[in-house]
Amino acid sequence: MDRRKFLKKSMILGSAFWLPRFPACKEKKSALSEKSRVIVAQDPAVLNKRSVEGDKLLKLLDNAVQTYFDCDHPVDAWRKIVQPGEVIGLKVNCLSGRGSTHRELVEAIAERLRQAGIRESDIIIWDRLNKDLEECGFKIRYKGKGVKCFGNDAVGFAPNLQVFGQAGSLVTRILTNLCDGIINIPLLRDHSIAGVSIALKNLFGAIHNPNKYHLNKGDPYIADVNSFPVIRKKVRFTIVDAIEAQYHGGPSFMPQWRWKFGGLLVGYDRVAIDYTGWRIIEEKRKEKGLPALKEEDREPKYIFTAGDADHQLGEANPLKIETIKI
Amino acid sequence: MNQQDKYRIDLPPGKAPHTMGRRSFLKIASSTCLLIGTPVLNWSNRSALFAMSPDDKRFVREARFYEKLQHSQVRCKLCPRKCVIDDHERGYCGVRENQDGTYYTLVYSRPCTFHVDPIEKKPLFHFLPGTTAFSIATAGCNLNCKFCQNWQISQVTPEQVDSYYLPPKKTATMAKDYNSKSIAYTYSEPTIFFEYMYDTAVEGKKQGVNSVVITAGFMEKDPVKDLCKVVDAIKVDLKAFTEDYYQKVVRGNLKPVLETMETIRNQGTWLEIVYLVVPTLNDGEKEIRELARWTMANLGPDVPIHFTRFYPQYLLKNLPPTPVSTLEKCKAIADAEGLRYVYIGNVPGHPAENTYCPKCGKILVERTGFLIKRMEITDGRCPYCKTAIPGVWRI
Repeated sequence: MDRRKFLKKSMILGSAFWLPRFPACKEKKSALSEKSRVIVAQDPAVLNKRSVEGDKLLKLLDNAVQTYFDCDHPVDAWRKIVQPGEVIGLKVNCLSGRGSTHRELVEAIAERLRQAGIRESDIIIWDRLNKDLEECGFKIRYKGKGVKCFGNDAVGFAPNLQVFGQAGSLVTRILTNLCDGIINIPLLRDHSIAGVSIALKNLFGAIHNPNKYHLNKGDPYIADVNSFPVIRKKVRFTIVDAIEAQYHGGPSFMPQWRWKFGGLLVGYDRVAIDYTGWRIIEEKRKEKGLPALKEEDREPKYIFTAGDADHQLGEANPLKIETIKI
Repeated sequence: MNQQDKYRIDLPPGKAPHTMGRRSFLKIASSTCLLIGTPVLNWSNRSALFAMSPDDKRFVREARFYEKLQHSQVRCKLCPRKCVIDDHERGYCGVRENQDGTYYTLVYSRPCTFHVDPIEKKPLFHFLPGTTAFSIATAGCNLNCKFCQNWQISQVTPEQVDSYYLPPKKTATMAKDYNSKSIAYTYSEPTIFFEYMYDTAVEGKKQGVNSVVITAGFMEKDPVKDLCKVVDAIKVDLKAFTEDYYQKVVRGNLKPVLETMETIRNQGTWLEIVYLVVPTLNDGEKEIRELARWTMANLGPDVPIHFTRFYPQYLLKNLPPTPVSTLEKCKAIADAEGLRYVYIGNVPGHPAENTYCPKCGKILVERTGFLIKRMEITDGRCPYCKTAIPGVWRI
């Protein structure tokens, strides 16, 4: 460790020691706590016609995260995800045009991160390309005191090839070099090839060659990419933007197949989240008279692969997923 | 105008051309990469991939082979993959994009590298030996071979490498000015920059420059037939002779590649085959024999075939380089099956780099690596026994 790193770490540790203490979160002892927990939080009022009600969304987010960690205070819950002094990336999804990640949700998350001790300038909103972020309504910002925002194209990819199973990719420097941890903020939507595109597939935005991994409906590639050590290690939490969701015709924005879900899916286990999100999409498809994804030969088998013994990314067995609806 | 200005290339806004220092040049030039055919590329001394302006309209052209589907989807018809692509998405190759229901190539006039190579480096041994080829490539590939030696350009999108603006006419002019007899579309996979390649070949014809294509041959029949009308030679990298290998190691299919080679032969375009022999994966005696028999039956005995040596690369680093004895065994099998021009590649100085007269056995072209030490073929014939030697020996 050089002098600069030593000083930086010392300052971080020192500041952490003097942080004000929030009430500790309750420890849940029930058998249910052994399961992977997924919070499905809904409030139809977060979406008023086409505009998002920021205060209601923040409340919904707090409820979801506090419920997940069983905490009375939202900041206390966030402190279980991040530590003061860290650099945190917010991986959004800007590939669906008007159907992309809502800025209001990203702002709400950034606000809570700040309150949990993350400096504004240590928050990086990112996706594949600057162009995509701009089209999604985000403003590109590389420096200064505010929240940063830029795409992989701004900083490039780390030179070491990451390899797992059938996948081999370069990973964005945002993830490898710049961030200590990542909050994954995917969408809840149908995908014409992979079946659904939710938490696991959103991490395709971290690699240089996602176009190579749609073969065989993304199986096992999506699970393999998520198993790259640097991705497995750094993705801290997932908050699915399901304010509006899409049950068919994805990933492109297709207004005729979208519905107001008015909610968020929250949790650590992105396999369990994907399984839960997939079932929500299937229910909606059934309600709309569409065939199950399996009948269209695009059942998202990669979710089960992600949960298998080779990958161990999470839980795809519904009996081992605790879904809490609020 | 001095020489440097003459060849100045218009780069996209904000981009400076990469220059290579003496140290880097020596490092690269002395590496074994040269021996195994890796181009000396502008990115080779870089540790990471960087992007460039993604929206430069100069590089965007509507694709030639696709159909429009419902809900703004398109189906690409350039390669056998036939990707169905949603709006604002790209195909497997990463260089073709659906924009509001219209399909575009993003690499027209957008090479990420260009270089003057000996034609033997391609390798083409029966096509204007001793000449040079002005060689270009764009980013992208429609396969993902685990042993790819150029993956830093073939397995990336156009935004992830620096590129040049080099339209067809300028490409042909540069080739001519460099005294290259051919333009080679190579290094990555030219199928995916079909429109640029085709138009450049047409422009080359106008300026008296040949075109040669170095491809995996994983292409639909219509584009292959169109291509054969404007290019002069095609070298196909046949990766193996089993579907299993194609699916597991290459991410493609064998059958369309065989069909491509038959089409090329039927169209009368000069064809050579390279077979990269990967230890334990595609070097079985049975497989090589079946390959040789298929070639004899479908392409004839005169198509040159090069068995080349594998070196550990990219995602296949757990295997050793191919033993020379394995290559010699492959050659012996192909010779025994009646193929007349069987070479061993990536083994500089090996006697099987030479061309021998199939009738009298005399050396007709003596090679060491990419150098021609002796050229005896006269008017397309062996000077000793007058046997006709197939190939393109003169323009």
